[in-house]
Amino acid sequence: MAGSASASIRIAPPSGYVATQATSEPAVVRWLLTAAALLFLGVFLFIPLGVVFFTAFQKGIAFYFQTFQDPDTLAAIRLTLLAAGIAVPLNVVFGVAAAWVIGKFEFLGKGLLITLIDLPFSVSPVVSGLIYVLLFGLQGLLGPWLIAHGIRIIFAVPGIVLATIFVTFPFVARELLPMIQAQGNDEEEAALTLGASGWQTFFRVTLPNVKWALLYGVILCNARAMGEFGAVSVVSGHIRGFTDTMPLHIEILYNDYQFVAAFAVASLLALLALLTLVVKSIVEWKSGQQLKQQIRSDGEEKP
Amino acid sequence: MSISVRNITKTFGHFTALKNIDLEIPAGQLVALLGPSGCGKTTLLRIIAGLEFADAGTIQFDGQDITDQVARERRVGFVFQHYALFRHLTVFENIAFGLRVRPRSARPSKEEIRARVHELLRLIQLENQAGRYPSQLSGGQRQRVALARALAVQPKVLLLDEPFGALDAKVRQELRRWLRQLHDEVHITSVFVTHDQEEALEVADRVAVMNQGRIEQFDSPDEVYNHPASSFVYNFLGNVNLFHGRVDDGTTYIDESASGHLLFVRPHLLEIAREASGPTYFRATTKHINSAGPLVKVEAVTEWGAPVHVELSQERFQALHLVKDEAVFIIPKDIAVFEKNGDS
Repeated sequence: MAGSASASIRIAPPSGYVATQATSEPAVVRWLLTAAALLFLGVFLFIPLGVVFFTAFQKGIAFYFQTFQDPDTLAAIRLTLLAAGIAVPLNVVFGVAAAWVIGKFEFLGKGLLITLIDLPFSVSPVVSGLIYVLLFGLQGLLGPWLIAHGIRIIFAVPGIVLATIFVTFPFVARELLPMIQAQGNDEEEAALTLGASGWQTFFRVTLPNVKWALLYGVILCNARAMGEFGAVSVVSGHIRGFTDTMPLHIEILYNDYQFVAAFAVASLLALLALLTLVVKSIVEWKSGQQLKQQIRSDGEEKP
Repeated sequence: MSISVRNITKTFGHFTALKNIDLEIPAGQLVALLGPSGCGKTTLLRIIAGLEFADAGTIQFDGQDITDQVARERRVGFVFQHYALFRHLTVFENIAFGLRVRPRSARPSKEEIRARVHELLRLIQLENQAGRYPSQLSGGQRQRVALARALAVQPKVLLLDEPFGALDAKVRQELRRWLRQLHDEVHITSVFVTHDQEEALEVADRVAVMNQGRIEQFDSPDEVYNHPASSFVYNFLGNVNLFHGRVDDGTTYIDESASGHLLFVRPHLLEIAREASGPTYFRATTKHINSAGPLVKVEAVTEWGAPVHVELSQERFQALHLVKDEAVFIIPKDIAVFEKNGDS
């Protein structure tokens, strides 16, 4: 009996083991591929990132912090935070609304709406900026009327905020849409039959189910809003201390041969990006956990 | 609470899902909507729930017109095929949901909610699972939670859309007996949709057999099974053999060249014999014999080349010493005759 039992174990090894054996490559190939990937990352990512921080601290820590006492630099940081602070919440509202409408309802022009949401991804940021110049600029469509009423949009803060909103608006909607579509209407319908109002259904059922996707979209949206250069550059007019965001300010400092100051501000943006990456991977891990739980709940339907 | 469905019609684009449906469901009964997929049964249930709206016709609860009320005003309990539990809430919070979303003036106190939820957890025998999430429960447990959630708001009627459709056979049987028991305790007017005739006949007080957007028959399980109103109902409720035939002077003849009547015979109402007897019989050759199970299933080919299924008892099978590829006579014990028309 014992012999036959051990034989059957040998005949049927754990399925996971078989799968890795069958799809695996020799060790040499694996090491080569890993090394190539690491080399590529090193040359194109780690070295430039190292250079940013190295140059930033070239004249010492004191000089590094002195950079941030410059009023123009402080103004640039403030403007970047302002633009992101306005663009991100607005795009959360827009993205949630758009994803909800597209995911839950059938209507005419749905395909067109999905395409339009993707537009900022496919259009060059410079063109995005130009759109606003053509609309609100001096020679633009609405320019003369705006000037007559003393409203400044181009070469002013509103233009920068508008351009930032435009280039970042696909992020939240794009992250939410697949999630909302995958979940279907059942839970919402259940909530309605239980007497919940539309708002209650949204805040108690729909939103909690997509919260990780939403947070992920917000992080990406925020990263792009703070780092945007092209579109903002076109509408900004580069007025120091007034319409310079951090990326624009870095360019100006660099062109003024203030390399250390430029890299110091750049290091701040880079730190921001690293922070975003950390938060992003935490959120990914969390939403992965949620996804796993969902798969488990769909797969295990035993009595 | 009685439900009156009057003259309901519903179309989706060019597809007519329901045609002039009339249905009177008496208070306190458990009614099954039975039919093949695409017959409109789920659409009818969703219209009763207020999740879908009819193009024409009215719905009344206890004589009161509620056609224009939306789902949340109708106070129905709805149970979905795939449970539709709130995955981010515990079992306790799922069941409490309907009470918690009430406007402040109508909302029970925290203690009342706790008491009500625990009462329901006792009813569905999941008292010690209150803190678990839906993903940690089995399919049968989830559907019981869904049922408790629907009952928590004390609905006027309970509507169930293929409630056992996603469960495996054994759990399905357990749960439908449990539903029957529950209904005997709670006595709430209930309607459930199913495509499983066995389920409908076993659980329901009355069965509405539906086909292509119409109700073919609405009767007790005994009536629909033993006195089917149409060839469709006879055909749908169990296995049948279909023959063509004619009726002369009150006697039925199986005649493949005739076209006036359709004759249905259930497999267990066919007799296999070595000698001919009576006015109605035909010759056949046995092709396949399956003797595993309480009944022996014989597949044979008739003299005109059509397949025929016969079920006979183990005793009769032993007595006949039946083997494969043997020429026999088949004698129908009871034939259901329907005049040929468009609906079959």
